[in-house]
Amino acid sequence: MEYLLLIYSRESDWAALSEEARGALYKDYYEFTEGIRKSGHYKGGNPLQSVTTATTVQVRDGKTMTTDGPFAETREQLGGYYLVDAKDLDEAIGLAARIPGARMGSIEVRPIQKM
Amino acid sequence: MTLAEPPPHREIERVFRTERQRALATVIRLLGGDFDVAEDALQDAFAEALVRWGASGVPANPRSWLVSTARHKGLDRLRRETRFEEKRRVLAWTEPHFEPPDLSVLEGGWDGELGDDRLRLIFTCCHPALAAEAQVALTLRTLCGLGTEEIARAFLVPVPTLAQRLVRAKQKIRVAGIPYRVPPPELLAERLDAVLCTLYLVFNEGYAATAGPALLRLELCAEAIRLGRLLVELLPEETEARALLALMLLHHARRAARLDGEGELVLLEEQDRAQWDAGEIAEGLSLVEDALRRGGAKPYALQAAIAALHARAATAAETDWRQMAELYRLLLGVQPSPVVELNRAVAIAQVYGAEAGLAILDALEAQNALPGYHLLPAARADLLRRLGRVAAAAAAYRSALELAGNPAEQRFLARRLGEVEALLAAAG
Repeated sequence: MEYLLLIYSRESDWAALSEEARGALYKDYYEFTEGIRKSGHYKGGNPLQSVTTATTVQVRDGKTMTTDGPFAETREQLGGYYLVDAKDLDEAIGLAARIPGARMGSIEVRPIQKM
Repeated sequence: MTLAEPPPHREIERVFRTERQRALATVIRLLGGDFDVAEDALQDAFAEALVRWGASGVPANPRSWLVSTARHKGLDRLRRETRFEEKRRVLAWTEPHFEPPDLSVLEGGWDGELGDDRLRLIFTCCHPALAAEAQVALTLRTLCGLGTEEIARAFLVPVPTLAQRLVRAKQKIRVAGIPYRVPPPELLAERLDAVLCTLYLVFNEGYAATAGPALLRLELCAEAIRLGRLLVELLPEETEARALLALMLLHHARRAARLDGEGELVLLEEQDRAQWDAGEIAEGLSLVEDALRRGGAKPYALQAAIAALHARAATAAETDWRQMAELYRLLLGVQPSPVVELNRAVAIAQVYGAEAGLAILDALEAQNALPGYHLLPAARADLLRRLGRVAAAAAAYRSALELAGNPAEQRFLARRLGEVEALLAAAG
């Protein structure tokens, strides 16, 4: 099965990290990504630019409405994602728990709907 | 060969009752973890059994007959659903829907039971990715075979709410890929905690709420104990499962003495201990000793040891409060919670006097550690009453009364409030 692992955290927490701590975190991300590439779980993934760069688009009655900011103002913001292949939810949870961001934020695990 | 006397309906129904849960647990596995299809298929198999067995007698291994019949019927259903799903998919793909299971995998031979499928079922129903109330509902539905209406009544929720809860849980198991298995060793401890927690929730729902349809509630206790026994039988090395069974038995043993003739709540110290079930207490004591010896001071073992101290005292006055306070102190270490602290305060009051207990309760109240919990003001009221501080006791009883939700507890608190108010009036 495929799962999308959505990485949520407070951008303010991320910004508050020292240069050194941020470097260490990048290194952890690199190692995690390499690890799941080798194990064959990795299907894709990327960090996202800050939520301050987000744009929300809606089409109503054929008219496009564009607004600045994310769709929902929440305490934690979507900061990146992985697309993984896992045997079942337990394996997906195991992968999610290894994402460095799980230590400071939350990972939402969503099964992909095949079409 | 002479034909056996056709078995009466009652006999067939008895076989269904005893075999249903185990058969269901296996059929779910054989149908790729699909709860709904398995339940329907087993129902179809029962219907066929009524006809077949009625004519030719109950087979030598009825469970095996039921499982293989249900498996065939389930596969037929899945084939039909797969075709239907393919057609439906073209029309709408907005609602969550399911990958049709790989039927070629399921169509292989049936290799009989693989270990005990009920253990897989327990761990799947209590998977932490399901909400706690869904775990409880699913456990009662699939492992205990209770009906949706019975479960809804027991938890005082509308039937459609409960039905919806079950539908969502089963859908999540399928769509999110919750595996149908006993967790591997590295996950077992954490997952077993979730299972024990669910069983204890079921038990407490039956035990703590004496209001409403009382009999049904006792049934919840009995079901939790039955599942606890099953867990102990299937996982004999897990001492916390053993301790939980002990804890439930030791509480359940008091049921006859907990309410008086008028249905009023009787406090532990005022209960007629002769009415306690001696057999359940003996079993509980032996389980808790074993759990403590092999597993050490873990949360359920300590709670069971506390219940065991009450069970061992022939009269309330003979309770070993010193050891009780010590057990609560240990429990606070492994499972810090204001409720445990409250109970420790009650034990401390017995050993070192009401003032000492009251100091702990006052601190809890000052921290607002248990907002809305009626037992804190109720415990304070009791100690204040013993200290002769009747005005303060009356005020605390009033707060407790406002928060208590259970009619039997409300009547008990009102009675106590009446007593201290009478003392107040007499003092003038």
